Amino acid sequence: MLEMQGVYATVGGKEILRGIDLKVKAGEVHAIMGPNGSGKSTLANVLAGRDEYEVTKGSILYKGHDLLAMAPEERACEGIFMAFQYPVEIPGVSNTYFLKAALNARRKHRGEEEVDAVDFLQLIKEKMKLLQIDEALLNRAINEGFSGGEKKRNEIFQMAVLEPTLAILDETDSGLDIDALKIVADGVNQLRADDQAIIVVTHYQRLLNYIVPDFVHVLADGRIVKSGDKDLALELEEKGYAAISARC
Amino acid sequence: MSRSQQTIEKFTEQEYKYGFVTDIAADTLPPGLDEEKIRFISAKKQEPEFMLQWRLKAFHKWLQMQEPTWPNVTYPPIDYQAISYYSAPKPKKQLKSLDEVDPELRQTFEKLGISLEEQKRLAGVAVDAVFDSVSVATTFKDKLHELGIIFCSFSEAVQNHPELVKKYLGTVVPYTDNFFATLNSAVFTDGSFVYIPKGVRCPMELSTYFRINEANTGQFERTLIIAEEGSYVSYLEGCTAPMRDENQLHAAVVELVALNNATIKYSTVQNWYPGDKNGKGGIYNFVTKRGKCKGVNSKISWTQVETGSAITWKYPSCILQGDNSVGEFYSVALTNNYQQADTGTKMLHLGKNTKSTIVSKGISAGHGQNSYRGLVRMQPGASNSRNYSQCDSLLIGDKCGAHTFPYIEVKNSSSQLEHEASTSKIGEDQLFYCRQRGLSTEDAVNMIVNGFCKEVFRELPMEFAVEAQKLLEVSLEGSVG
Repeated sequence: MLEMQGVYATVGGKEILRGIDLKVKAGEVHAIMGPNGSGKSTLANVLAGRDEYEVTKGSILYKGHDLLAMAPEERACEGIFMAFQYPVEIPGVSNTYFLKAALNARRKHRGEEEVDAVDFLQLIKEKMKLLQIDEALLNRAINEGFSGGEKKRNEIFQMAVLEPTLAILDETDSGLDIDALKIVADGVNQLRADDQAIIVVTHYQRLLNYIVPDFVHVLADGRIVKSGDKDLALELEEKGYAAISARC
Repeated sequence: MSRSQQTIEKFTEQEYKYGFVTDIAADTLPPGLDEEKIRFISAKKQEPEFMLQWRLKAFHKWLQMQEPTWPNVTYPPIDYQAISYYSAPKPKKQLKSLDEVDPELRQTFEKLGISLEEQKRLAGVAVDAVFDSVSVATTFKDKLHELGIIFCSFSEAVQNHPELVKKYLGTVVPYTDNFFATLNSAVFTDGSFVYIPKGVRCPMELSTYFRINEANTGQFERTLIIAEEGSYVSYLEGCTAPMRDENQLHAAVVELVALNNATIKYSTVQNWYPGDKNGKGGIYNFVTKRGKCKGVNSKISWTQVETGSAITWKYPSCILQGDNSVGEFYSVALTNNYQQADTGTKMLHLGKNTKSTIVSKGISAGHGQNSYRGLVRMQPGASNSRNYSQCDSLLIGDKCGAHTFPYIEVKNSSSQLEHEASTSKIGEDQLFYCRQRGLSTEDAVNMIVNGFCKEVFRELPMEFAVEAQKLLEVSLEGSVG
């Protein structure tokens, strides 16, 4: 599904990624871990196509296509979803309206009709239950006045409605208390499917107790310095990043 | 010199003096303005003497006035002697089919979602008989007549209801008011007149749209709306379709009078030609709009969506004279490319317990310059009065500007005022968030802008709100990326 080869990327002229190789197949969950400043968020943003993140070397193939040639909205319509670390507020635009527009953008991209109002309501009601989202939240403006936890939960709720092929969760666990974390993780787990993949970017092993990854990659100084299975995350938790990075 | 020679000479002199007047069928006055031209206009319109005198007083006042230079806009000097002040109402040129309409105009119609029949009407295409004979307008007119509501052109009102015109004309915007209003008072050609009798609630939104006999009202329009005790009216001005007009200067005057317990809601969507992308051409829209809450518990509410014109200069205001009266101003002003807007409101609190609300949303894109200018004044007698003002500016791109000039004068100790202001830029973060969810940059901007304007849009009558939203989208096209 996703194949990154020797990817170098800069932000504001500063080189952050220094040769990333990563292969993600359908049905897999990959965890990207690493200390602050190791390039985790940069990796997520590069995949989503944010302007300020410039890929200077290497290639990224997504479903066999050159991902770097695609605009962010095109990537989104092709099934790439990023749950933001810091979801922005958009005053005056209701969550429901926004979601409907996003869903219809995808449908339009695929040459499908716009979603029927009744079907749409049914869909969001079903997904709301999954994430235990309060109905009142839907009619509020996007993220405006949301608590940190509400924002994160809202991201996963959007993911549930939009049903991406490749989901990138950028530090979704930060700012969540343990109950909220469980709800979010449950939601993500229920969305796991054979034809889709998830990349979980996280600082701590905690989230991985709930979203169990198939692969864990340790990022340090812009490179993947170690890859393994879920046990690697436990080892990290125990010994710390420094020990793992130093050994490589 | 013989007597006959004298007569001839006198006659020719007269001829010379009134040269252009001799041809009473003339359609257009030559450029320039003097007393005779005003007499001509008044005569052409067969006005009663009081109207002529009023126009002349205004004209003489105007001669002593200076064009205001305080607005935060720039334009080359206007040569008032180069303007023709009268042009007989001409029916719009009839086109045979929509195919003859300027394709660019048609494209805009389509983007605005205007129905085919309406497109024809707006573009001046002959409307087919079926549509015309069951014209909604006729039905509406009958209904209004039954209720005693007068809704007609200003000229008709001067002919048929001179007593009402005489009683109220200039009571809110006196002929001495300001340079442009005074000019309008001297030379205005037509406009709308509305009278709602005591206790009548006007059952429909009144719109110039339904005045089918409407001819081209020209560049100096005058509107007078009177709401008698306990009456209610909602008036819609303008149209979301692009208005092409050859007159560059528009100086209209609108006066509203609300008596005891009466409510007037006045909504405007202004989409005059804004000039091209390089700032060439476009309308100068210098308008004086003011309402007087004359009676107790009366209410006047202005809602405006201003997206057109090269320069907009207008301050729809409320004089809150009656005790417990309420004034409201909801505004969205958008400037794109090289458009300039200096707009806002004045809330003059005179009566006790009067309340006013100001919500102003300015959007600047391209090289657009947008200023909010507002005055809230609480007079000594306006005890326990309240005002809430909110002025928000949204910037798109980095070549535009937003300015706020709030003036507050409070002359008593029991009044309360709140003022909130914010300036924000459509951030890269917001745009990226939307794009990551699959929306194009343009759709994202539209969504953010519409969200920003929501508080104003919800004050607009439903069908107007939908059109206004689309209008913003069309006006912002190409402003990003």
